[in-house]
Amino acid sequence: MTTTDRTVSPWAPILHAALLAADVRHVTYVPDAGHARLIEMLRDTPDVVTTVLTTEEEGVAIAAGAWAGGQRAALLMQSSGVGNCINMLSLIAACRMPFLAVVTMRGEFSEFNPWQVPMGSATEPSLKLMGVRTLRIDRLEDLAAQMASATTMAFNGDQAIAILLSQQLLGAKKWLKE
Amino acid sequence: MAEGMSGALPAPAPGKLDRRKAVAALLENRGPMLVVSGLGSPTYDTFAAGDHDGNFYLWGAMGGAALMGLGLALAQPDRPVTVITGDGEQLMGLGGLATIAVRAPKNLSIVVLDNGHYGETGGQLSHSGAGIDLGRVAAATGFTAVMDVVEESDLAAAREAIGTVGGGPRFITVRIAHVETPRALPARDGSWIKSRFRGHLGFGPN
Repeated sequence: MTTTDRTVSPWAPILHAALLAADVRHVTYVPDAGHARLIEMLRDTPDVVTTVLTTEEEGVAIAAGAWAGGQRAALLMQSSGVGNCINMLSLIAACRMPFLAVVTMRGEFSEFNPWQVPMGSATEPSLKLMGVRTLRIDRLEDLAAQMASATTMAFNGDQAIAILLSQQLLGAKKWLKE
Repeated sequence: MAEGMSGALPAPAPGKLDRRKAVAALLENRGPMLVVSGLGSPTYDTFAAGDHDGNFYLWGAMGGAALMGLGLALAQPDRPVTVITGDGEQLMGLGGLATIAVRAPKNLSIVVLDNGHYGETGGQLSHSGAGIDLGRVAAATGFTAVMDVVEESDLAAAREAIGTVGGGPRFITVRIAHVETPRALPARDGSWIKSRFRGHLGFGPN
């Protein structure tokens, strides 16, 4: 089985370093196993505020408020949460605000739960329909360069960007004992 | 007609206050206060009280006004941040009240102009009009300061509270009358509003 242990999450330190390098000071999230280590690291980082959300669209509005106030924010979520963000992304588009999301993918590679598949399949097209550029990461060695590119395009180029961490990169969620 | 839909909850007493006068009183001599206004009439009321570079008028993003205020309040901790929105807009973001209460920025006030109806869409009864008290919802999530503005004489205390950096997060329900009010339309170009707002705080467009 190609499953990896998500608690080790080698992508987390890479994302953490990229967010700090880009001076992101507010990170909002709805918890996901793939983001667990990064959330923990961010909560231990001085000068970074973390805010847990009840639903992902809150993070879109918070990011807009942060930018209006001169601060950079990012949103961490699972692919199912992208569906909860759709209308709120109007705020980013109408105001041409920077937006940065890091999305852990479900509903694809080796997915066990059919309920994850519809939104997982719709994640990338629905982001694009709302004007969010997507950068899909399948290999860990691409992540640092793509994150640096994403933070530059978002905060210096006024773009809305979502980094999609593929389920193959993350490892399929373990449900059954082998 | 629609008032008969209030179900098991006792219907609230109808609000009395004039929304334009109430918002004008809340924004009088506002000083360093920053304002985010929710779509529809609260945006018109905020504009009618006097255009200001520190106003961020929303024309959409329903349910997001209070959360935008949260992001702003944390980015600008030394300024009072006031969100002025309506009962319908806030009802779409009830979970956000929990998010705000957990993060608890002391400089944030949420002011809900509550007439119990969706004014922009034909005056349909809202959940607050059917008896849900938004102030009690906010208190249940952990808002430390909850105020009810019923009479004109209550506005002065509310004005003083929202101008203060500290004591928040605050939730203030202003009981306004459900009457037709002429529209007052600010700019709709979000990018321009954003750049003007950031410029007011000394930041460039990007």
